[in-house]
Amino acid sequence: MVLHQSLPESEKLKSGTNWLNEFLGTLWRPDFVPDWAVPLTAVMVGVGIVLAIASLATMFSTWLERKVSGHIQCRYGPMRVGWHGFLVPLADGVKLLLKEDMIPKGADRVLFVLAPALVMSSILGAMVAFPLSHEFFFADLDLGVFMILALSSTTTIGVVMAGWSSNSKWSLYGSMREAAQVVAYEIPLGISLLVPLMVAGSFNLIEISEAQAGWFGMHWFIFRNPFMIPAFIIFFIAVLAEMKRAPFDLPETESELVAGFMTEYSGIRWSFFFFEEYTAMFLFSCVTAFFFFGGFEGPPTHFAAQVFGEGHLVHQLTAFLTIAVKGFAGVFLMMWVRWTLPRVRIDQVMTMGYKYLTPLALACVLGAGVFEVLWHWGVDA
Amino acid sequence: MDHTLQQRIFYGALALLVLVGLGAGLAAGGGAGLAFALFAAMTIGGSLMCIWERSVVRSAFCLMATFTGVAGLFILLESDFIAMAQILIYVGGILVLILFGVMLTPPDLTERQLPRVFAGLILVGAGVAWVAVKVAATARWAVPDEMQPTAESNAREIGVGFLRADGYVVPFELAAVVLTVALVGAVYIARRKRADLEPQGGES
Repeated sequence: MVLHQSLPESEKLKSGTNWLNEFLGTLWRPDFVPDWAVPLTAVMVGVGIVLAIASLATMFSTWLERKVSGHIQCRYGPMRVGWHGFLVPLADGVKLLLKEDMIPKGADRVLFVLAPALVMSSILGAMVAFPLSHEFFFADLDLGVFMILALSSTTTIGVVMAGWSSNSKWSLYGSMREAAQVVAYEIPLGISLLVPLMVAGSFNLIEISEAQAGWFGMHWFIFRNPFMIPAFIIFFIAVLAEMKRAPFDLPETESELVAGFMTEYSGIRWSFFFFEEYTAMFLFSCVTAFFFFGGFEGPPTHFAAQVFGEGHLVHQLTAFLTIAVKGFAGVFLMMWVRWTLPRVRIDQVMTMGYKYLTPLALACVLGAGVFEVLWHWGVDA
Repeated sequence: MDHTLQQRIFYGALALLVLVGLGAGLAAGGGAGLAFALFAAMTIGGSLMCIWERSVVRSAFCLMATFTGVAGLFILLESDFIAMAQILIYVGGILVLILFGVMLTPPDLTERQLPRVFAGLILVGAGVAWVAVKVAATARWAVPDEMQPTAESNAREIGVGFLRADGYVVPFELAAVVLTVALVGAVYIARRKRADLEPQGGES
């Protein structure tokens, strides 16, 4: 059968976490453990690492959100649990786990339970495509960006499912708004991303990052061409709208819809929606960093590569720290926007998406194409 | 018959069929066969559930299983790009639009009756199934050599195929023009005339 040919045995599984696989291969194992168990275990461990990173990023982000909002409003925020409230996320986790899990009587039970799981699994699936450094990554990479965009777009279905299955008017309005908003902003999101994609000529996040390595690691795409800056701004706005972060948090508008699509949720199921939101913030900040702000590259990575050599452990670690710092800088920017700007109305959201951002993004693509041809013609990217 | 009982019988039969299918896949093709059976079960089971469910919105959600299953089949065929495009466009785009359209229908539709055209639908379905079986039985399923799936990503391959001198740029662009014309036409038809707006109190 063709099926046998179409799946290359363990090649595919090995491609990602290479050294994990090699390390596990050298370990002693009993005879009854078959060979394919090794790459499978490596992949499992890799996915476990992804989950851990997503959880840590979420925990840190919830703490950061409280502190940032506090300081923006001239107060301290949490101060008592741990150093400057650093352990509040842990206390939160315990509280959410112990809370009563309620399902409303009129709700569609199956979909009500399925919705948070769907939201969570799609964002974790997208997280798998996120490379941690030049040589440590989990998924087949060539379509990294595309995979992140595709899988994170399915969280919308989960949100709509949550809103509809709750059988409550607040929730239903929230999910209607979510559907309308995501449809409106998916287009400028994709089109504005075309500008750096066109320059990089690859979907592969690591290749995109390597294309920005020149000039002491400061050959970032944002400096490369005048159309990158509007493209970045459009992308950032579209990401905020896609992730339903304020000022685009119309699906949950506390002041109008109680809590929007998650009005009826409680306990750990409720927290899944927040897990998704904070993981998506971190993930998309990292994607922004990859596309506009050099990804792994920067002076520290450059010097680490000079001193220790490409692919040395220190180089890999520096790359990881660089992308983490850039990611959290993006998360901080999103929080700053949230606690500074007032919420926009739904008609303003629609107007901005369809009438302004989409044509502007198209103009950016056109302008960047012309500029690249005229300015960088024959120069290697 | 009682609605809950119907539901139980249907889902029980479906689960049984899926289990049999998974077993057959495992027996026929090992791991790859199991994966194929899983995605095929998602595709077919999703569409069956979509027809079975009485609430329109639930039917729409069942479509998600179908679309994801088709994406999985594409991955098994080593067409990662098409698989991701399938998820991005069908699950992230078209399904959201469908949901947007049907979401305001009431959630409890237990009184919705089977359509009167049921017999007609069965006839049509049987006809289609007959054609499908006929095609499956008579078609030659050999894969030509140059179409063997490769282990590499095919985004670049598709791009190169588009941009070649004898590539598909012109048909692709023509399709885009047709879609744009359709979009503009739809907006034109849906747009209310200025005269219609004025009696209702002008600009609001």
